[in-house]
Amino acid sequence: MPVKRAEKTPMPVRDAQQRAHDFKEVNEGYCFAHAMFEAERCLRCQDPVCVDGCPVRVPIADFMHAVAANDMPKAAKILREANPLAAICGRVCPQEAQCEKNCHMTKRFGPVAIGHLERYVSDWEMAQPETEEPKKPWREEKIAIVGSGPSGLVCAGELARMGYQVTVYEGLHAPGGVLRYGIPEFRLPNNILDWEIRQLERMGVEFVNNVIIGKTITMDALFKEYGYSAIFIGTGAGLPKFMGIPGESLNGVYSANEFLTRINLMQAFDFPNAETPLKVGRRVAVIGSGNTAMDAVRSAMRLGAEQAMVVYRRSEKEMTARIEEYEHAIEEGVEFHWLTNPIEVLGEDGWVTGLKCVKMELGEPDESGRARPIPIEGSEFIFPVDNVVLSIGTRPNPLLVKTTPGLKTHSWGGLLVDEREVETTVHRVYAGGDAVTGAATVILAAGAGKKAAEAIHHDIQQDAA
Amino acid sequence: MPKIVEKRQLTDITSLYRVDAPLIARAARAGQFVILRVREGGERIPITITDYDRDSGLLTIVVQEVGATTRRLGELGVGDEILDMVGPLGEAPEIPSGGHIVGVGGGFGSAALLCLMKELRARGEKTTVIIGAREKGLLILADELEKITDNLEICTDDGSAGFKGFVTERLQQMIDGGEPGYPDFVISIGPMPMMRAVEKTTRAANVPCTASLDPLMIDGTGMCGGCRVTVGGEVRFACVDGPFFDAHQVDFDEAVSRGKMYVKEEKVAAECQRAAHQEEAA
Repeated sequence: MPVKRAEKTPMPVRDAQQRAHDFKEVNEGYCFAHAMFEAERCLRCQDPVCVDGCPVRVPIADFMHAVAANDMPKAAKILREANPLAAICGRVCPQEAQCEKNCHMTKRFGPVAIGHLERYVSDWEMAQPETEEPKKPWREEKIAIVGSGPSGLVCAGELARMGYQVTVYEGLHAPGGVLRYGIPEFRLPNNILDWEIRQLERMGVEFVNNVIIGKTITMDALFKEYGYSAIFIGTGAGLPKFMGIPGESLNGVYSANEFLTRINLMQAFDFPNAETPLKVGRRVAVIGSGNTAMDAVRSAMRLGAEQAMVVYRRSEKEMTARIEEYEHAIEEGVEFHWLTNPIEVLGEDGWVTGLKCVKMELGEPDESGRARPIPIEGSEFIFPVDNVVLSIGTRPNPLLVKTTPGLKTHSWGGLLVDEREVETTVHRVYAGGDAVTGAATVILAAGAGKKAAEAIHHDIQQDAA
Repeated sequence: MPKIVEKRQLTDITSLYRVDAPLIARAARAGQFVILRVREGGERIPITITDYDRDSGLLTIVVQEVGATTRRLGELGVGDEILDMVGPLGEAPEIPSGGHIVGVGGGFGSAALLCLMKELRARGEKTTVIIGAREKGLLILADELEKITDNLEICTDDGSAGFKGFVTERLQQMIDGGEPGYPDFVISIGPMPMMRAVEKTTRAANVPCTASLDPLMIDGTGMCGGCRVTVGGEVRFACVDGPFFDAHQVDFDEAVSRGKMYVKEEKVAAECQRAAHQEEAA
């Protein structure tokens, strides 16, 4: 059979019934045969449109060639040079909306599984012994990175590669930002993140936990006392939004951030060995339809919820989650209630007992271009639930802005940046990722971190000249 | 990791620790707090800063052993290191100038008043500190507080030291014209029932009052929203907007209810800690 006309090789996954009760990774990864077969499906287009869909512009055709030729060291090198977080992106990128969307195979046979192959090559790399000596910075200039999420990690990696002395400051007790506290282990195991961070350390990047820039050390002090030449802000968009409906402060109501942080960062699933508790009742309603909502609802299921459901005021079509997460959630038994808008959390003695909702219908497109949901009069009803998890978005954290004179933001909290989209309103202070754009994806943040690193290098070299 | 350089037992279950945490000590302001963790897998708990010394880089905290994490901390001694400590977090309270400022502290809340009242007096305010406990043996830091305030008023439920009665009764005396004078502004730090009572007393007399809330929190930077409190009908995060709020605007019923969310789990964790401790001892 001509390989090029075959359909996309499916990702082997663990049995849904089994995996819905633990936090081990759902996707098992391609085996060697899968990878060779899938890489052969790539048409080697003259004009590799897939690359245009990739925020960090991985030279996808080159790496496909290398995989097909069974030259894994070369494939790994190509990947790593373009994307320091390949093992993570191969797992969490919405490929269907990026590289794979443009693939010429997409229409007739399904796209080449670029993401799955990225993961395969990264996993191969992780399994290799560390042979290279750790590197040391060779330039004199010091760069501070504020926040160790995806944009900060990539910016740090790029600058370290250029020889700068890079320090990453993290406010929590472990690095990784949203990759650590947000994305559950069944999607992104902690050991993958640990490995990526270790690679950065081996490149000479220094990590400092438990330091909140703006609180523990001011931005001004980073320049004047610590002697940094430039600062990159990658503080993300970590502030949870609440709906403002009655009952949100009842016990049993969580922001998705709190719910997931308790599980991922604090390991609440291992209570009481880990001492941070989490209350998960029999019936859990998660409000929202993004990846975070999927992570929360699937986590609730894994923590024993008998009925785990997503409640969303728009329809399936407007859902923002990755298609894979949605499919996995359905397989695991998650219920989806579309066109359903929560209007009140009901409680008794301080605890959640129900979620009052109203049915919606779709009207004319709103300012976001999506059909505006309109309440259907008289359609109110109640879901009996024990927990409500709000996953309706986050906004940038104002903590650093509050303590940094001159650092300006949009009215919604995103940092203002220059026409290059990297430098903030403070000289030699750069920013990228969700702190600038508002909540987006890991790979967009990674792309912004990379772009900022290039600008920092450019500006510092110009200063020196 | 911050090393404990001094430890002093204040009561059976309360200890004062001075830790080497120069970055925090240099940035700290009175009324702020830190979050610490004592072991891998342990909880992150907020602890109010009792005092700081920018020159020596030492930070003073007072911790009452009430749960698994605080007990584990209690097992540490001089020379031991605290696994994680981050801060300073929260905002220092805004206290108006030019009046008689009264700090009311209950239980280990007295410790939190130390550097706050010291700063206010240094700023030129007339200050009074009222501290209370069930009995004399449970009073903490009275000697230290005596030195930093114009007046120290001690209250015990059983009359074993100072005024016999609650801190609110002593406060009421002052409102009614008793010495050391009418309170123009009250700062209240202590257990929820005490802060509620102080709020009630001051509300009746129209005296402005700020309360230091200590809800459950994880990150302390506004990320989880677990510490949300309703103040004047609005949802606020104690970690970044607080910990001090206008006591007359705080929804105490809600705050008390939220504080009890994990009572059962806290007991389980404390039992596990105790069992582990006994095993170690055996």
